[in-house]
Amino acid sequence: MNGTIQAPTLEYAQLAPMLVVFGAAIVGVLVEAFAPRYLRSAIHVPITLLSLAGAFALTIWQVVKGVPTKPAAMGAVAVDGPSLFIWGTILVLAFVSVLLINDEDHFVAAAAAVPGSAEEEQALHEGAGHTEVYPLALFAVGGMLLFPASNDLLVMFVALEVMSLPLYLLCGLARRRRLLSQEAAVKYFLLGAFSSAFFLYGTALLYGYAGSIDLAKISAALGVVGGQETLLYIGVAMLGVGLLFKIGAAPFQAWKPDVYQGAPTPITALMASGTLVAAFGALLRVFWVALGGLDWNWSPVLWAVAILTMVVGAILAITQTDIKRMLAYSSIAHGGFLLVGVVATGAAAGQNSKALSAILFYLVAYGFTTVGAFAVVTMVRDAGGEAWHLSRWAGLGKRSPLLAGIFAFFLLAFAGIPLTSGFFGKYAVFQAAVAGGATPLVIVGVVASAVAAFFYVRVIVLMFFSDPAADGPSVVLPSRGTAAVVGVAVLATVFLGVFPQPVLHLAQNAAQSLFIR
Amino acid sequence: MTTHYLVLSALLFAIGGVGVLVRRNAIVVFMCVELMLNACNLAFVTFARQNGNLDGQIIAFFVMIVAAAEVVIGLAIIVTIFRTRRSASVDDASLLKY
Repeated sequence: MNGTIQAPTLEYAQLAPMLVVFGAAIVGVLVEAFAPRYLRSAIHVPITLLSLAGAFALTIWQVVKGVPTKPAAMGAVAVDGPSLFIWGTILVLAFVSVLLINDEDHFVAAAAAVPGSAEEEQALHEGAGHTEVYPLALFAVGGMLLFPASNDLLVMFVALEVMSLPLYLLCGLARRRRLLSQEAAVKYFLLGAFSSAFFLYGTALLYGYAGSIDLAKISAALGVVGGQETLLYIGVAMLGVGLLFKIGAAPFQAWKPDVYQGAPTPITALMASGTLVAAFGALLRVFWVALGGLDWNWSPVLWAVAILTMVVGAILAITQTDIKRMLAYSSIAHGGFLLVGVVATGAAAGQNSKALSAILFYLVAYGFTTVGAFAVVTMVRDAGGEAWHLSRWAGLGKRSPLLAGIFAFFLLAFAGIPLTSGFFGKYAVFQAAVAGGATPLVIVGVVASAVAAFFYVRVIVLMFFSDPAADGPSVVLPSRGTAAVVGVAVLATVFLGVFPQPVLHLAQNAAQSLFIR
Repeated sequence: MTTHYLVLSALLFAIGGVGVLVRRNAIVVFMCVELMLNACNLAFVTFARQNGNLDGQIIAFFVMIVAAAEVVIGLAIIVTIFRTRRSASVDDASLLKY
């Protein structure tokens, strides 16, 4: 104890993708403060898109240079194969979602003005807009990058909040149906804060048990520390609550339909793709790295959660009459299918990497399809905004065959029909689960997929085989951004369905060495 | 003698948790969440003493900052919905259902 403090070493090169995204977000805040209003949007869009593209390029550069084998930043952040794969996925999905965010006036003119008031009228008249959405989205994406890569529980908690806090705000900024949007923000915020308190208390208990919050040290303490199992088990359960909430696994799924429905649709697309990918990365890292030695204890619980999630997601989706709520329940069901892969661990490292690569592939496939589906939702409009009620979608196939056909294709991909990306995603996860001895879970999964296919097909039948209403919704001509999003999503869904080998191979390479400790 | 602090922290966490579930006013619900975070802080500091390292105390600082950021976001959202509805009751906000 001579009073000198050693400066930490930071591997800036490894952290570069995150630093670029966070840096661009801070520049965005400065633009918000100093640039005149009419210039802001023109400055934000290139900064946002370029930073995401730059971060993606840096991620690729990292892969080409060789995947690091040691955690960076004094063991706080692990930039390993799965992290890099997840980073790439999130960055591409975020780029596409930003095109959607950028597209048209999805966002409120003045969030502080009461809906229907004179102030709002004036703000609308002046053509005001909240360009803060760009830096907020960038902060959220930065959090998403850090969340699955964090190698200790404190960094993971901070990343969880950095990811969630901007999303709470973004949820409340819809231009139309503002009451729904504000309600979604309140619900998401209160429930999200509640669940992160559970995550934090779980962290505290694990810290008490292991004397460290480092995932590897917790893992090492599992067999050594005796007589404190109560702390460990309660801690793991609370940590699990926090993580499963973010995924939207049953019984913590209640927020998902409300938030997905109320939030502006481009933000829903960002949440449905990016947040899910990031949360699965974090869940896998916690349960496989820190608690891998405890899988006899948590695996039965996750079995139950996976079954419940698949069943609840698939069955409740049938009763929905709102297209965004239906997609939300479908996202819950897909979370359940992915959990099947999380449970499919085995004694052999080969089994684990197989399950991991299956999950990674599934996340890519699902992410693209879901962004595409929400992009289509933004284009079907009524007088009061987007037409969400399913009855309004009746006969869309006759009015606008191309758009309805594309949406039907996305729904078939969700259902997992061969020649779409969804098929190979499901196939890979279920195959890994069978190899991992989780056959009953796979049977439930297949039955749930069949139930889910029913409501996807119901929407397709509604679109193509019912008569359009006389005052039905109109399909707006997509802007370049939205058209690009839909195009990319269709291409990705087809490509991954017909020719999945390159991405599957990439996922296998990323998963080969599993998570570093 | 760190047990007492841990019991207190568990009690505070439980009071916060029950408060979130039973209270109606969004501000009070939010205060209960903050109480839960502070219960976590107490647990961290206690365990830091018990384990004989400083990690827990440092974590408590991070948690305070995160909680402060959460207050900013939370109050903004709650004030917005209050201005619209003239009520901060979580029961009144019930347009999104099933």
